[in-house]
Amino acid sequence: MASGSDERGMLAPPTAPLTTRLANLLVLLVVVSLFVISFRGAGIPGVHLLVTKAANTGSYLKDFLHPDFGDWQLYIQKMWQTIEIAIWATGLSIVVAIPLSFLSSRNIAPAWIVQPVRGLTALMRAFPDIVLGTAFIVAVGLGPLAGVLALTVSNGGTLAKLFSEAVENIETAPVEGVRATGGSKLHEIVWGVVPQVAALWTSFALYRFESNARSATVLGLIGAGGIGQLLFDNLNGFAYSQVSAIALIIVVAVTLIDILSQQIRKRLV
Amino acid sequence: MPAPLVEVRSISKTFTRKAKAAGGSVTHKALDAVSFSMTTPERIALIGPSGSGKSTLLRSISGLHTIDRGEGMVTVLGSTVQANGRLSSDVRAIRSRMGMIAQQFNLVGRLTLFTNVALGFLGKISGLRSLMGLWTSQEKQTVMRALNHVGVAAMAGQRANTLSGGQQQRGAIARAIVQGAEIVLADEPVASLDPVTARKVMKLLVDLNERDKVGVIVTLHQVDYAKTYCNRILALKDGKIVYDGPAAGLSDDILKDIYGAEIEDAYWGEPHA
Repeated sequence: MASGSDERGMLAPPTAPLTTRLANLLVLLVVVSLFVISFRGAGIPGVHLLVTKAANTGSYLKDFLHPDFGDWQLYIQKMWQTIEIAIWATGLSIVVAIPLSFLSSRNIAPAWIVQPVRGLTALMRAFPDIVLGTAFIVAVGLGPLAGVLALTVSNGGTLAKLFSEAVENIETAPVEGVRATGGSKLHEIVWGVVPQVAALWTSFALYRFESNARSATVLGLIGAGGIGQLLFDNLNGFAYSQVSAIALIIVVAVTLIDILSQQIRKRLV
Repeated sequence: MPAPLVEVRSISKTFTRKAKAAGGSVTHKALDAVSFSMTTPERIALIGPSGSGKSTLLRSISGLHTIDRGEGMVTVLGSTVQANGRLSSDVRAIRSRMGMIAQQFNLVGRLTLFTNVALGFLGKISGLRSLMGLWTSQEKQTVMRALNHVGVAAMAGQRANTLSGGQQQRGAIARAIVQGAEIVLADEPVASLDPVTARKVMKLLVDLNERDKVGVIVTLHQVDYAKTYCNRILALKDGKIVYDGPAAGLSDDILKDIYGAEIEDAYWGEPHA
């Protein structure tokens, strides 16, 4: 019987080794344990308040459903200021990130430069925007400049990491092609590396711009200018109808930026 | 007596890679005391089975690989490319006089064919002009002439990654022409091409040699291509030169010694000059 002999000759289907299966089980146990351990710390037992204090939420929502656009010109002006903060923060963070990305790429710089620069970019990313914003408010006073500087630092660190990952994944053949013509190291970077990563870098920068537009709004809450500051002032004054109008403007503006950025990024990559 | 165009003297190259199974590192001697020279502009084919050291030899000549320390030395156009495991400080200037053509074309995909070819000027210009790509009108004309010569001028404005393999390879040859290369090193330039395109590319290399007196060293997998388009053959086996002589002298017995049982595969692709 041909089929019988074929089956006798067939190899058994592969199975994962016991160690792999035990490791998978261990990972699952660790993940579940993390959720259990952090249950109280994250305040999850208080979730019932959503129902018991529904009256407060209802009153808040009632005003929210009647947005007051009386000061719409001011809202638009402040929203635009928030976008201006995002534009400058993104631009400056790109300027900061480009040299840092090359210096932290293992295929460009030696290890003794890569490691300290990576440490620096990790430090830049380590602080939340609010903390950096507070520090810059102390340095340059209340206003949008503090927001720009705070976002520049944190985004500079993030973009440097993203840019450097792109640089480390380039094809080496075109770079060698430039080297083989007698080009210098700088020529190799400008003509061999940058054209390969430019589209991805632009995509990352646009993504960060979207993120900066949202972060700049939050930074306004601590006095770093823009629509966030206006939102905070109205929240403190329980002017929920105005808060609703401002929130709607933020949502529309951020959504428009997201759509525009996504369209550009789709075309680039 | 003029200096040889290329002189390779007793060079060795050892690759070391980490290997967990071997409990440390594994070494592989890709070149073992290889010597040869090219005194007049010839067309030399480097043949041999995979892993015999052909590409390593070519890359050592251009200084893309540094050779092992020792007595080994590579001289091109009278200047030292590397000696005793160290690249010469003049390596950039020497490279600007050598054209390098690779199997994977080495063009920058997102740049236009024109810009890729104009990069051949990098070794000769400096400063902001070379970084910004501010080519003079004379340089632009030189690029277009070179593209026209290899038959892809119509694609000058297209991105390199939108071109076929043959068009890209011709672009790489145009770059060597723009460089004013006196030596062309071609690393398996026809390996990714169909036979018709492969023959066109090989004829361009022959043309460079005969018309412009450019010395050509080309690694080839197909023995027929080597015999048809080159006048001298260097055969490598296990990092050593086992044949150095005219293409006509490469007998089947010698090939059997080089390729062993794989001799039929070495004849793959019959070119017709």
